[in-house]
Amino acid sequence: MIEAVGLTKRYGSKLAVDDLSFTVKPGKVTGFLGPNGAGKSTTMRMMLGLDRPTAGKVLIDGKHYTELKNPLRTLGALVDAKWVHPNRSAYAHLKWMARSNGIPTKRVDEVLDIVGLSEVARRRAGGFSLGMSQRLGIATALLGDPKILMFDEPVNGLDPEGIHWIRRFMQRLAAEGRTVLVSSHLLSEMAQTAEELVVVGRGKLIAQCSTQEFVESSSSTSVKVRSPQADQLGEVLTSNGFAVTRENQQERDTLLVPDGATEQIGELAAKYDCVLHELTVQRASLEEAFMQITGEEVEFSTGSSGAESSGSPGEAPVAAEK
Amino acid sequence: MTLLAIERMKLFTTRSPWWCMFAALLLTVGLGVLYAATAPAEFTVVGATQSGGQLGMMVIMVLAALAVTTEYRFGTIKATFQAVPNRTAVMLAKSGVVAALAFVIGEIAAFLAWGVSYLITGGETLVLDAGHEWRNVAGLGLVYAGAALYALAVGMLVRQSAGAISLVIVWALLVESLVGLLPRVGDDIFDWMPFAAANQFLQGGAPQTPMTSQMPEAPIGPWASLVYFLAVGVALLVIALITVRKRDA
Repeated sequence: MIEAVGLTKRYGSKLAVDDLSFTVKPGKVTGFLGPNGAGKSTTMRMMLGLDRPTAGKVLIDGKHYTELKNPLRTLGALVDAKWVHPNRSAYAHLKWMARSNGIPTKRVDEVLDIVGLSEVARRRAGGFSLGMSQRLGIATALLGDPKILMFDEPVNGLDPEGIHWIRRFMQRLAAEGRTVLVSSHLLSEMAQTAEELVVVGRGKLIAQCSTQEFVESSSSTSVKVRSPQADQLGEVLTSNGFAVTRENQQERDTLLVPDGATEQIGELAAKYDCVLHELTVQRASLEEAFMQITGEEVEFSTGSSGAESSGSPGEAPVAAEK
Repeated sequence: MTLLAIERMKLFTTRSPWWCMFAALLLTVGLGVLYAATAPAEFTVVGATQSGGQLGMMVIMVLAALAVTTEYRFGTIKATFQAVPNRTAVMLAKSGVVAALAFVIGEIAAFLAWGVSYLITGGETLVLDAGHEWRNVAGLGLVYAGAALYALAVGMLVRQSAGAISLVIVWALLVESLVGLLPRVGDDIFDWMPFAAANQFLQGGAPQTPMTSQMPEAPIGPWASLVYFLAVGVALLVIALITVRKRDA
């Protein structure tokens, strides 16, 4: 279990993490979600005792990280896969880390095998691809067979197969009763991996809830209707108080009804003898939910809103309308 | 003990320390032997066989500074502090391992330089039969170990290879001698420069010959000079350890 209480980190005048409080419980994969620069990595570094919080604290099973005896056996972390000397072999890197926490050397071979690096273990880590480096980082995290695991952007640089592997791997770790915290700015990734979410933006906590709740609370649903008599049905729906929009002008037969219910629309269609080819509920994706909620919290926005107000047409970015 | 073992593993599982050790040995022995072998017979004294010591010391300082700065450069210092949150213990262990290594290299290099020179020239003058001669040869390891402490401390403070290496080398090779050139006060300040003190420890008390540098009369004896040299190094290291403890890794 990881508990952050009023965690705050200030770099000069910049507040990187602002009064952040949350808990990460065992047995589930918890996603640590936020746009780039939201303070995720800073928070993780504070969890590991690498950065000192300006205020507040973070407890690992009720203790400060620095108070843990053989910390790798309690908390395994992949914060940056590049924290390896490029001229040292993967094996040598894991060996000294194992030794430092009293972990038997044969565990090194085990974790190398788990992440599939056994064959390249004696090669210098500097020659590893990003994917291999990530795997080595995961091996480092697993070294002490810890109850708590923390991964910062683990799928970065992995191929689809690797992403799939990591996703299942983390779910398996959680199923074994471990606490698993995974940070990401890739929301679709989190939707498939994490059960719980801790959402941050500009260092502040935005939400802590289950992934499903997060999507439901923030997204509006709409109903997609496809009918050869779309124009007629559209009039019927409008006269019954529904707002009707078209997804795009090419598909003349498709209507979108925000806040509609499939039951009512189906009944109306039957009553006015309209043929339906499709009637589906469309739920906003995690991405959209995230954009909606963190809209104001994105640190480096693309400037679409700024361009509107400044009114200089030459600088208007591509993302101006959507 | 575990910490010493892992710092030893970290040091010897990369290539640059090996190169540095090799270079330090080569410079100290090679230059010393060349000097002793080519100088006219009346100049071949024990001190002459150690004339590569200064250069070898520079390489040792490069090794020591790199032992710290490469950890920062590649982020392994974070992996280290993650594995062992007690930063002072980690850095002390690292300093111990590097200083011990510097000592061993210094002793091997000094005796090799002297021994080979002795065999080549077969000179009676090279027999180690006076206290100052023993000090000149056997003392090199102590000076190397002390110099390593300076470089380690600067490495921890600066955290950057190029910066740390230039700082220690420019200091040891240039700044101290330039200070000595200051009018009126220069000589007095020079006496209290740490690397001048180290040199005083090695060469002080030897009879003047054209081959040994013209040493100004030091205010304290050779052994006191060594203590002073090491004490300043330890003080610097303490400041570095406190800094490492306080700041973010």
